[in-house]
Amino acid sequence: MDSLHNIIERVSTQKRIDKNEGLALFRQADLLTLASLANQKRFHYHPEKIVTYVVDRNINYTNICASGCRFCAFFVTHDMGNGYIISKKDLFDKIQETLDLGGTQILLQGGMHPNLEIDYYIDLLKDIKENFDIHIHGFSPPEIDFIAKKSSLTIAQTLLVLKKTGLSSIPGGGAEILCDDIRQKVSPNKCSSEEWLEVMRQAHMQDMRSSATMMFGHIEKDFHIFEHMDKLRNLQDETHGFTAFIPWTFQPDNTKITVKKKTSVEYLKVLAMSRIFFDNIDNIQASWVTQGDKIAQTALFFGANDMGSTMIEENVVASAGVDFMLPKEELIRLITMAGFEPRQRDCYYNLL
Amino acid sequence: MDISFIDKRLEGIYSKVLNGSRLSKEDGIYIYETHDLIGLGQIANHVRRSMHGNKAFYIYNQHLNYTNVCKNRCRFCAYARDRKEKGAYTWSIEEIEKRLLERIDEPVNELHIVGGLNEALTFDYFIDLLKTVKKVRPNATIKAFTCVEIDYLSKLAKLSIKQTIQKLKQAGLEMMPGGGAEILNSRIHGELFPKKINHERWLEIMRAVHEAGIKTNATMLYGHIETIEERVDHLITLRQLQDETNGFSAFIPLAFHSENTKLTHIQSTTAVDDLKNVAAARLMLDNFDHIKAYWVMIGEKLAQVALSFGADDLDGTIIEERITHMAGAKSALGLTKEQMEDMITKAGFEPVERDSFYNPIKELNG
Repeated sequence: MDSLHNIIERVSTQKRIDKNEGLALFRQADLLTLASLANQKRFHYHPEKIVTYVVDRNINYTNICASGCRFCAFFVTHDMGNGYIISKKDLFDKIQETLDLGGTQILLQGGMHPNLEIDYYIDLLKDIKENFDIHIHGFSPPEIDFIAKKSSLTIAQTLLVLKKTGLSSIPGGGAEILCDDIRQKVSPNKCSSEEWLEVMRQAHMQDMRSSATMMFGHIEKDFHIFEHMDKLRNLQDETHGFTAFIPWTFQPDNTKITVKKKTSVEYLKVLAMSRIFFDNIDNIQASWVTQGDKIAQTALFFGANDMGSTMIEENVVASAGVDFMLPKEELIRLITMAGFEPRQRDCYYNLL
Repeated sequence: MDISFIDKRLEGIYSKVLNGSRLSKEDGIYIYETHDLIGLGQIANHVRRSMHGNKAFYIYNQHLNYTNVCKNRCRFCAYARDRKEKGAYTWSIEEIEKRLLERIDEPVNELHIVGGLNEALTFDYFIDLLKTVKKVRPNATIKAFTCVEIDYLSKLAKLSIKQTIQKLKQAGLEMMPGGGAEILNSRIHGELFPKKINHERWLEIMRAVHEAGIKTNATMLYGHIETIEERVDHLITLRQLQDETNGFSAFIPLAFHSENTKLTHIQSTTAVDDLKNVAAARLMLDNFDHIKAYWVMIGEKLAQVALSFGADDLDGTIIEERITHMAGAKSALGLTKEQMEDMITKAGFEPVERDSFYNPIKELNG
């Protein structure tokens, strides 16, 4: 294995490092060495001193989910009695409010409801598109995979139908850690890592862009983090469909996994490694939802060039005991105070 | 160590640091102005590591805020009450003893004791307070009273500062915190805390305390109405006194919290400013041994990061912090020893539990 010095040299001269080199760098370098490398990469890819954000809202169309992932504090099962499917009125009110607040898109995600088939999703998208001019970023790969299986369609067919009825891009959720030994333990009923990647491959082939996420800090080992990023980087070489990578830490409250929450330094190191490792994904997003305002602002010097969403509404992480709130004005202040120009963007990272 | 600066102007500051040259006021101002947070952090981290290696300190302590009744009513304070105001309290010596006994099974190594200027208390109260603490906790260090309180106590006792300190020392005072400095500057004094001692008096008392052989800390309350230049002047003033007395142990930058104060229009400090204050302190205060990242004020998460930006000490476990939480601090009320060690270890440092004088605490029975 290369020595630390050689790996740093490769990174500094814009050469790709493999997952083993990434792991070695992650383990051996101190916080500010990683920060410095990531910060240089950030300015290499984005020389302008701009930090972007998007104004949108998470709309969770149902909390009923057949998946029962051990890390999730949001879902309920069908027979628990406190499940919901969003009413048309609530849905429309939320979208109207988003538009009124200068929002450009909605993030439409929900549980894998055992009784819903593709017609429900088609109607949902149609209803929205017939009434509003808004970008729909929706249905993470596990949902697409679930809808396809439930409706006996292929992934490609499912995506095509959804795209035709108004779906524009795919959120990168449900990736967790893209290693099946981990997935079998934390989310055994959710799609496999290969299936997740296949949904994204198919989406990208149909010209639907997507983001990619990673949820770490549960039962994975360090090398899984690099396996995960390597799989994403390989797919990106093939499709160039990922717009951004968003790592965030597992929030253990109210879930079935008892672990210590990852600390801010551990988060920042992984974030920095993601900027260093992904030479083919343009944007790295900070996660204020899981880290709070101070670490999110600090993250702008650890590789992140995007602050994510102002999130008029967020329910999933909030159910796991985290309730950081960040109004748009505060998000703009954080970016400005860090010496960057805040710019609202759309889903494709075009400046508005 | 090579540092690739994004802001090339930091190279000059770094070479001064490497040569052991003292940084100027202009350097100090530039430290606050640069947007190269990581480059700045790397310089401060270099200094911090050359002084303390991989060690990061913390202390097992207990706070006793004996009264919130205060005649000064500084505009930035959410803690003080008038004597008859709702929520006003003053602990009797018995209550203080009870509070100490409640936690007597815990390995507390330091009592941090500060309070308001309460006209109902006599000088004897303070002597009793110290003696009682020493009686109940003979092995813990008493770190008590800011310069503001010392000034007030000398008036209560009708004694000189020197005599007052001697009396307090005899009763058990061993160290003093660094509070009440705010920003050492007449403009800020006039606008924010006109009834409190001014900066000349604060420095005069610190000098007398150091001459009496008592070590103190020093602080700076930032993030209200002060300018960058005023911050840097504050640091340089402390550096000059330290050259004379060598009596300061640690410097603690304190982030202003405005909730429930008369300055609620001022927005909270952001992480970049908090980290810059830590780095600026480490670089400007070349004659201070220790820089604290006070987690109560900047939050646990950022305090952990600050260990790589010049801080070598996370302060205490503190189970019952009141003053900053009254002003809306979102940090935990207390951290356990395990949480403290976990934070430090995961930041890549070696946790060292210390006493008030930075001697490592040796675990009893191996």
